[in-house]
Amino acid sequence: MDLSDEKVIELKEIANDIRISIIDMLLEAKSGHTAGPLGMADIFTILYFHTLKHDPKNPEWEDRDRVVLSNGHICPVLYATMAHAGYFSVKELKTLRKFKSRLQGHPHRDFLPTLETSSGPLGSGLSQAVGMAIADKMDAKDGDPSSTLRAGRRIYCLMSDGELDEGQSWEAILLAGKNKLHNLVAVIDRNNIQIDGYTEDIMPLESLSDKWRAFNWYVIEVDGHNMEEIADAFEKAKAIYEKPTVIIAHTIPGKGVKEFERDYRWHGKPPNPEEAKMALHELRTLGGKIKSEHE
Amino acid sequence: MLNKDLKLNTKMFDKDVEQIPIRKGFGEGLVKAGENDPQVVALCADLTESSQTLFFKEKFPNRFVEIGVAEQNLASVASGMAAMGKIPFITSYAMFSPGRNWEQIRTTICYNNRPVKIAGSHAGISVGPDGGTHQAIEDIAITRVIPRMVVISPCDAIEARKATIAAAKNGTPVYIRLAREKTPVMTTDATPFEIGKAQTMWTPSVHKPAVGIIATGALLHKALQAAKELDGKIEVEVMNLATIKPLDEKAVIALAKKTGKIITVEEHQIRGGMGSAVAECLAKHYPVPMKFIGVDEEFGQSGTPEELIEHYGMGKNAIIEAIKSLS
Repeated sequence: MDLSDEKVIELKEIANDIRISIIDMLLEAKSGHTAGPLGMADIFTILYFHTLKHDPKNPEWEDRDRVVLSNGHICPVLYATMAHAGYFSVKELKTLRKFKSRLQGHPHRDFLPTLETSSGPLGSGLSQAVGMAIADKMDAKDGDPSSTLRAGRRIYCLMSDGELDEGQSWEAILLAGKNKLHNLVAVIDRNNIQIDGYTEDIMPLESLSDKWRAFNWYVIEVDGHNMEEIADAFEKAKAIYEKPTVIIAHTIPGKGVKEFERDYRWHGKPPNPEEAKMALHELRTLGGKIKSEHE
Repeated sequence: MLNKDLKLNTKMFDKDVEQIPIRKGFGEGLVKAGENDPQVVALCADLTESSQTLFFKEKFPNRFVEIGVAEQNLASVASGMAAMGKIPFITSYAMFSPGRNWEQIRTTICYNNRPVKIAGSHAGISVGPDGGTHQAIEDIAITRVIPRMVVISPCDAIEARKATIAAAKNGTPVYIRLAREKTPVMTTDATPFEIGKAQTMWTPSVHKPAVGIIATGALLHKALQAAKELDGKIEVEVMNLATIKPLDEKAVIALAKKTGKIITVEEHQIRGGMGSAVAECLAKHYPVPMKFIGVDEEFGQSGTPEELIEHYGMGKNAIIEAIKSLS
């Protein structure tokens, strides 16, 4: 399903609002991660406002697609997107990382049951997504042997490039390839940074697409800030029946705020009030394109 | 004398007592659990026959997942399946699951509150010739410390079968500790089993017991042999503590009150195991002198099960010595 020009503009506005919320949340929380959430805002927007089969008013809906956030530390973008999609109020975002908040520093289902998984420790999200995809295929098989297995729930796993250092990630990649989990899509936030520096200095991952291909996955590479490309990739994955799909999304860490972009030092810290003011000004004026700030 | 109400195996002290591996009871229980509930699934890490998951795989091929030698994946894939409504049993050797994949069990199963059942075979020193790398004697400690985890250590194959069927129904993460070698059958099909309930196996025929023994797993048989041998000389009461967590505190405290002295018997490190769980309870509610039978700050080695149990001081004679020194 191609995106109309109007839809692209609408989605970009939503992504911008999500980025504004991310800065607001981090400023209030005084701790947390900045670069990853900003970099993934466009992908989360496409997922929750275009691709996903879900109903924010009925989060327990059995037939919903499942979203597993593996690298839990980028949860500000998950929370902000869920709030803007209607799962809970945007106002609640300000409680991030506070005592008794539903929005824990890393996602925790005990506090926010609408989450599909709790996460934080890297490298285990894809395994859980693989388990969900296997269970879904199993149900189709048990229910109707002639089922095409194509009408089930789709499982989306959002993960980081840095967590591919974890051996468990590759255990999951092997298993998904073996079981031809066509209902599974992994999205890698290929932003090239991790806590200690640039991924290719810390633990080189290239040639990343060749690695996934060798493990029997269908690989799509996209510009992680191009709305049409992202939406197309998710659509294309639905048409791949023999393999799981990985979307390697090339993103710019800190995207949307020039000062933060491409700098690994923004991986794990929040903006201070001055930096937040500058960031919000940039986001609210769409990078200086409009004169008066919108709220 | 043996507690008649429990309908125990009256031939358990015979020379030719029936011996079955505890893991075999698990394999049978898993098939039964699969028949009871279509949501029960099994996942194994390349040890399908050894862990006795084979029978389930043969009966329900579509509900079995071969994970390969990847225990971390094993735990987290099961968590994902549980998120879709399945009741997954994951099977491997205890040393690798819950040994190697502890954090995955902690975070993706227990923290996530998913009812995954972890069956750890080849637990204890009696694994024998394979040697210390394959003898899990820390598994009770690392599982019982995790919130929400239920820990069961069946004493024989029949109890393992019942524990497996019960675990499938209880709605929480469960660790079931299994042993490799054939061990004496002490219970019967008619013996009641309930998760969280301790059982009095042996009571003195005449006098009030002078010492209370709390045993878990196959070593319960050694404790019962010791009690029988001392019958009429030093009277003891023997409890089977199959569920280590949640602990049957009421029964443990009652035994301490009745006897004033407690000995715990387990094929596990003394630190952090079942004895520690009992001590935590008694220190708080009713402190009494205690002795701990178990492995004392050592790793295992190759040998026959009997040689190893004797060497590490967990045999009948070691239990008798402990009783004498306390009474």
